[in-house]
Amino acid sequence: MALIDLANPSRFLSFVDRVLPWLTGATALAFAVGLNQVYLAPDDYQQGATVKIMFIHVPSAWLAMFGWTVMSVAALGTLVWRHPLADVAAKAAAPIGAAFTLLCLITGSLWGRPMWGTYWVWDARLTSVFVLFLMYLGVIALWRTIEDPSRAARVAAILTLVGAINIPIIKYSVEFWNTLHQPASVMRLDGPTIHASILIPLLVMAAAFTLLFVTLHFAAMRNEILRRRVRTMQLMQAQAAPGS
Amino acid sequence: MTALAALFVRDIRIAVRVGGGAMIGVLFFLTIVALMPFAIGPDLALLQRIGPAILWIGALLASLLALDRLLTADLEDGSLDLLLMGGTPLELAVAAKALAHWLTTGLPLVIATPVFALFLNLDLTATAAVAGTLFVGTPALTFIGLIGAGLTVTLRRGGILLSVLVLPLAIPVLIFGVAASNAAIVGPLPFGTPFLILCALTLVSLVVGPFAAALALRQGQD
Repeated sequence: MALIDLANPSRFLSFVDRVLPWLTGATALAFAVGLNQVYLAPDDYQQGATVKIMFIHVPSAWLAMFGWTVMSVAALGTLVWRHPLADVAAKAAAPIGAAFTLLCLITGSLWGRPMWGTYWVWDARLTSVFVLFLMYLGVIALWRTIEDPSRAARVAAILTLVGAINIPIIKYSVEFWNTLHQPASVMRLDGPTIHASILIPLLVMAAAFTLLFVTLHFAAMRNEILRRRVRTMQLMQAQAAPGS
Repeated sequence: MTALAALFVRDIRIAVRVGGGAMIGVLFFLTIVALMPFAIGPDLALLQRIGPAILWIGALLASLLALDRLLTADLEDGSLDLLLMGGTPLELAVAAKALAHWLTTGLPLVIATPVFALFLNLDLTATAAVAGTLFVGTPALTFIGLIGAGLTVTLRRGGILLSVLVLPLAIPVLIFGVAASNAAIVGPLPFGTPFLILCALTLVSLVVGPFAAALALRQGQD
């Protein structure tokens, strides 16, 4: 089946139905292997067992950015090619990306408490992830404000692309601001460079998280397509109703 | 007179006449600056230290407040449809509108800054630095806001959403505006570095803003 065939929502639905069980299985398997490796990974000589938060924290941060990338590609698909699935993909990715961003922030602050003695510091990286979270919330709010789905898709696509231009600028300016205010950053994760005993579980966990994202994204896209069909049917039913 | 010049002059006339509300932003700015000492305390040394930040926050919120008017009035009286269908490129038309908007809402904030700086015990250098950075930075706020206005113009209760959408995008402008002001007052950085980045941000927003807003207006139609 060529990729172009997937543009048809019905074909896409049957494709998702076939792929989703395998994706779910692969995700579960990757998490089983990853969590086992995390369990076996040695504690850090300075941070003790809290270093294991990293195995959730770092993949979440990676997916926070991955989510916006998916949305930007989908936004291009919406605006340039008017691809019918692109708006569905963009809409489905926003809450998932926001959830991973929130997960990244929460695990980060839980990790920060024993390490830095505080839940929150205005560190450059924390701040830019926080701003990213705000931007996710803005996009979701925009999606939820416009009733007509295809108009909402185009408007949200423009915001997504403007955000994509802005994310590097925000990242750079926050780093500038941070070095200006805090000469010595609290974030000191050096020490030995990451040893293979930590790195391999981290990579496996990153793969597992990415699989989880793809699985959730496909499922959310399927739900969104079904939701739109229900909406269309309701509209048709309302039109056909007698006395209207 | 070309269509663009006519549009520009029309927007300025509407803004400065009765009901235009060009000065409301300055009043709001004054209110914020006046409220700060009540919250922080009348400690002049402290106010002097955080004065540039207060002025920048005040100007940011005041220009945000005015953004709602940028396109909504045109949507209500139908002239936005004329702009959309007219022969003038929509990008240039919204850029002219945003420029007129800045002249009537952004520039008054800059002019008012030296007076408000007195309340915050800023000396001459600091006042000049804040006014200068605001002069360069407020166009960026207007043109970034133009994107938000284009996105939300057709929505009911778009005003609140507009702030939510625009504020994250305005963070870099705020950072470099306050950084340049502080650099001029206490150092240690040279004033030029953050100031030039602020200029760059303004120039980028002058380019991106009209294109994104025009795209949003075209796509946002039913």
